[in-house]
Amino acid sequence: MSQETLLNVSMIDVFHGSLQALWNVSLTIKAGEIVALIGTNSSGKSTLLDTISNLIHPAKGSIEFEGKSITTLEPYETVALGISQVPEGRGIFPDITVLDNLIIGSYNRKARAKREHSLKMVYGLFPRLKERKDQLGNTLSGGEQQMLAIGRGLMSAPKLMLLDEMSLGLAPLVVNYLYEALRGISGRGITIFFVEQNVRRSLAEAERAYILEGGRVVLSGPVAELREEEKVRKAYFGI
Amino acid sequence: MTDLADLATPIVMGVLLGGLYALIAMGLSLVFGVMKLINVAHGDLVLFSSYFAYAAMALLGIDPILSLLMGMPLLFAIGFVIQKYLMKRAFGISMEAPLLIAFGISLILQNVQQLTWSPMARGLTPAYALESFSMGPFRFPLAYLLDFIAALVVTFSLREFLRRTYLGKAIHAASQDKRTALLMGINTGRVYAFAFAIAMATAAISGVFLGLTFPFTPTSGVSFLILAFGVVIIGGLGSMVGTFIGGMILGLAQTLGGYFVSATAQMLILYIIVLVVLAVRPQGLFGRKERT
Repeated sequence: MSQETLLNVSMIDVFHGSLQALWNVSLTIKAGEIVALIGTNSSGKSTLLDTISNLIHPAKGSIEFEGKSITTLEPYETVALGISQVPEGRGIFPDITVLDNLIIGSYNRKARAKREHSLKMVYGLFPRLKERKDQLGNTLSGGEQQMLAIGRGLMSAPKLMLLDEMSLGLAPLVVNYLYEALRGISGRGITIFFVEQNVRRSLAEAERAYILEGGRVVLSGPVAELREEEKVRKAYFGI
Repeated sequence: MTDLADLATPIVMGVLLGGLYALIAMGLSLVFGVMKLINVAHGDLVLFSSYFAYAAMALLGIDPILSLLMGMPLLFAIGFVIQKYLMKRAFGISMEAPLLIAFGISLILQNVQQLTWSPMARGLTPAYALESFSMGPFRFPLAYLLDFIAALVVTFSLREFLRRTYLGKAIHAASQDKRTALLMGINTGRVYAFAFAIAMATAAISGVFLGLTFPFTPTSGVSFLILAFGVVIIGGLGSMVGTFIGGMILGLAQTLGGYFVSATAQMLILYIIVLVVLAVRPQGLFGRKERT
């Protein structure tokens, strides 16, 4: 597996209006990795993902993707470069079909050319979506909507996929299925950076993790090390 | 038997006239559905197209419908520029600023048109605009039929465009959930500009057909704006087919109101129906209920 740096976030400060949400946050993700972002609700996890997607821009610091600066780009340019976010809450379009939802995922020009190929991959990972392709988005169950959101993210032909709280509100069996799909996606060479509330799950599925607390990175490293870390055990496992 | 036959005229007239109303309202519906902008300059922009077609006819002898080959691209470009350079910035200032800008555009258009064309009523009068056609024992103005056909064509073209093309799907997505649309790689700024431009292109079409059907003055824009609002309220914002049906309903309300009550009560009946719909089903017949 390639060990080139894919994403490099360097000392960013991010504000929501006048409220600071991230302080001096740095992280690195190498091509082909599966990396987790762990933290409580107000730790700034979503803000970090939104900043990488360029929905927000950092007040200080820089972000590089494949060696090139993307700090001041527009969100649509970021998608075109190969960063795709599966948002918290899924954000599927309720009154259009599953297929139309998937198609809109391939909106950016590079992805349009690969549309049929991407669709095959998505249907292969999630046969349920193929079965339901002509159904409206709002007729799907929670798990199916999450599959659709992930499938839609794949339609943009990404190199890096950001997933924000994929397992929220879903039954453990469904979550297992989704993480298995995620492993399949990783197997196809797509790098994954995911936010997951369940710490055990995060450490089980990722190779490395960053722990965010109050807008700062407080710990990071390979998952095996983190499991042993005193702080992690106390804070998240209560041991 | 006589009663039914008598009713045929106002019913057919109402449906055909409804086509014109739907056509005029289409652009308003699209812009509000996509950008939540109430374009109070819409009526005046429609009139701009009427005057443009008038100029083409008076100065160059070009048939009004043919002049759309120039008028549509012109209004498309104007719409694109208005959204991209005026409205986009205005939205960044406040939610009300775009409304004020639209007011400004409306005032400018009305006054420029008064100065250029005087308040005298004008009409687009190629030979066929004064013709009538027969359906059984009845005769109706040909212009009304043309309005209806144009409305059908525009409604279904727009609907198919929004459903089938990438840009159409992007417009729909951006109107539903801007944040997610951005995450899909959609350049929402450009998409809004295209939506406004398309709305203006339909305004161009409706201006020509308006001019073929009724005489117009520089201030006609306001009355048609109010009418368009009525259509959109009944049909539901953002639904093309809804707008079409809304137009039919208002056209019928007007002609049947005139038939059963009196000619002077026509518009009153029309607006009473709008109020009723507003009270009973505020999202319109085909509109989406706003998620609270």
